[in-house]
Amino acid sequence: MNLKEVWEYRELLYFLAWRDIKVRYKQTVLGVAWAALQPVFTLIIFSVIFGWLVKVPSDDVPYPFFAFCALLPWQLFTSSMSATSNSLVANQHLITKIAFPRLVIPLSAAVVSLLDFSIAFLVLLAMMVFYKITPTIAMLTLPIFILLTMATAFGIGTWLSSLNVKYRDVRHILPFLTQGWMFATPVLYSSILVPEPWRLLYALNPMVGAIEGFRWALLGTNNASGPMVLVSTSVTVMLLLSGVCYFHRKERTFADRV
Amino acid sequence: MAEDVIRVERLGKQYQIGTPHARHRSFRERLATGCIRCFRQFQRVGQDGTNDIHTEMIWALKDISFQVEQGEVLGVIGRNGSGKSTLLKILSGITDPTTGEADITGRVGSLLEVGTGFHPELSGRENIYLNGAVLGIKKAEIENKFDAIVAFSEVEKFIDTPVKFYSSGMYMRLAFAVAAHLEPEILLLDEVLAVGDAAFQQKCLGAMGAVANEGRTIVFVSHNLAAIRNLCSRTLFLESGHLIKAGPTEEVMGYYLQRHSTSLAAAVALPAGLPEAPGVGRVLRFLTQDGMPQAQFRLGEPWRIAIEFELFCPVPQVIAAVGLISLDSVPLLTYWSKSKDLKPGHYSVEFDCKLPFAACDIQFVVSLSSYQRPFYHIQGVGHVSISPVAVNEQPLRSSGTGVLFSTQQPEILAITLEDDRAREDIVDVLQLVPEKHSF
Repeated sequence: MNLKEVWEYRELLYFLAWRDIKVRYKQTVLGVAWAALQPVFTLIIFSVIFGWLVKVPSDDVPYPFFAFCALLPWQLFTSSMSATSNSLVANQHLITKIAFPRLVIPLSAAVVSLLDFSIAFLVLLAMMVFYKITPTIAMLTLPIFILLTMATAFGIGTWLSSLNVKYRDVRHILPFLTQGWMFATPVLYSSILVPEPWRLLYALNPMVGAIEGFRWALLGTNNASGPMVLVSTSVTVMLLLSGVCYFHRKERTFADRV
Repeated sequence: MAEDVIRVERLGKQYQIGTPHARHRSFRERLATGCIRCFRQFQRVGQDGTNDIHTEMIWALKDISFQVEQGEVLGVIGRNGSGKSTLLKILSGITDPTTGEADITGRVGSLLEVGTGFHPELSGRENIYLNGAVLGIKKAEIENKFDAIVAFSEVEKFIDTPVKFYSSGMYMRLAFAVAAHLEPEILLLDEVLAVGDAAFQQKCLGAMGAVANEGRTIVFVSHNLAAIRNLCSRTLFLESGHLIKAGPTEEVMGYYLQRHSTSLAAAVALPAGLPEAPGVGRVLRFLTQDGMPQAQFRLGEPWRIAIEFELFCPVPQVIAAVGLISLDSVPLLTYWSKSKDLKPGHYSVEFDCKLPFAACDIQFVVSLSSYQRPFYHIQGVGHVSISPVAVNEQPLRSSGTGVLFSTQQPEILAITLEDDRAREDIVDVLQLVPEKHSF
């Protein structure tokens, strides 16, 4: 494994992330506010349809806050997954001209999506004040679930980015993947809506553990059982390890194929 | 004896060609070709023959072996597609060889292109840091050299302006300035000198010469034979992936020029330019006065040069220019078109070359510009040979590159005449002059 090499290139990682952050909101009027506005707009739509019209049960907290606790990690997941998946192709000029551990590229792409997340997190804090929700000590475990989300996204990102080098179909698959996956994840509803016998199977979706973990840390709800979290986390670890291995196996051919 | 820092052993690189969209194969095509292949194999039971039109393989490099000593400056020459760039890509570790191996001892810095990683939205200052990181220069090192880099690039005034507003010359100068401050033990260089105006090119050559004198090992790939001659003590000559000749630069270059001149083509496909350029040169053609394609002309015979190019968007004030240079890149003369506002499309422009060149070999520079700022510039393409046999009466036997401007023959006038004593000297001089005189 070439993790030591990646560490040697941490400055490149830093500069690539810094470049993407600098460029991200150039020539926009609202600038970095977009990072907060996007999830808020999505939340308004979801709250109207699922909270107000469909009346999805929301664990005794106001539906907007219930949904936002899940929407935030979900958007972190989708944005870092699509950013990492497209990262190799987007940086092909670097890959064909410079030698460096290729893992630096998806890593820097993943780091960038954390920025949007932290800005949107401020909105979450504001909502907590608005809905008068007192934070508990459990909130300190949030970094674990952020890490779990990132690890899942990165595991899939390494798979898809390596495949994307050869098969540009990945770019077209991504929108369906994220959309379908969202309905298979307790973002707009709670896991307890899933019938008991199916729950362990449901937890094979690694985002189930991460998202219910978020709700648990913020709302104190207990929707996912211990075994469910264990299943989700194992899937995440498997995705991450297999993704990084596949990436490592293919990275020497990227320059010829991209 | 210095030790070898680069050791290349029976190196080979195979690429797959043949599929029309080999570069962006989609899963569907892959499935389709997979099915076809299965079917073919089924048909071919009993036959041997694994050649499949969809997976034609080509050796970009084959059986290359050489060593480079510590502190040596090695040149690599060869025509487009001879495998020079592939060799550098393998040496720098961007791609793996298919066969053989390349061992390198020391910190390698590679410049396969100037300005890799530049982002148009970022300012000059930001790009210096970014490009430095991409080239493997540590942040602290860039901070130390920042002023020197800016001074070298001559863009001090615009250092905080996004580089998308730079002229292409400024952009290239800034990019080269960063590259010139790269200080690896082994430097791999590809064609980087083909940027900027003559003065800046001279400056770059100077910077490279300085690097070479510091005792660093350099592998330098270029079409610019004059630069190779100045910098490199030893040179490799590659042709279609094979190492044809290796040895002292003068010797290899002589061989290259000789071999080069036997491969004349009346139409040359022009290589692609910068990726964002609004237009690109397509074909360079050489024609006789009657419009017949030809690349070999007789002394004094008028001929024509045609450039075909394509524009992807409307471009104002386009000028197409062709420069004639000698095989070792000495500029001879330049022709250019009238400037014109052009819509996207294919265009052609023809230049009449009526100047009587001496018997020589000529290469070309093709350039397209808008408001006199070039957006496409290719040096060292095409090859025309002027034979020493004149069209009608022989004006002068000659060798060496140059223009024979003696089409008018002015009378020699006496200014002062001396007495008879000088007459005998003249007879002597005539005896001294050999039958073939040249200038």
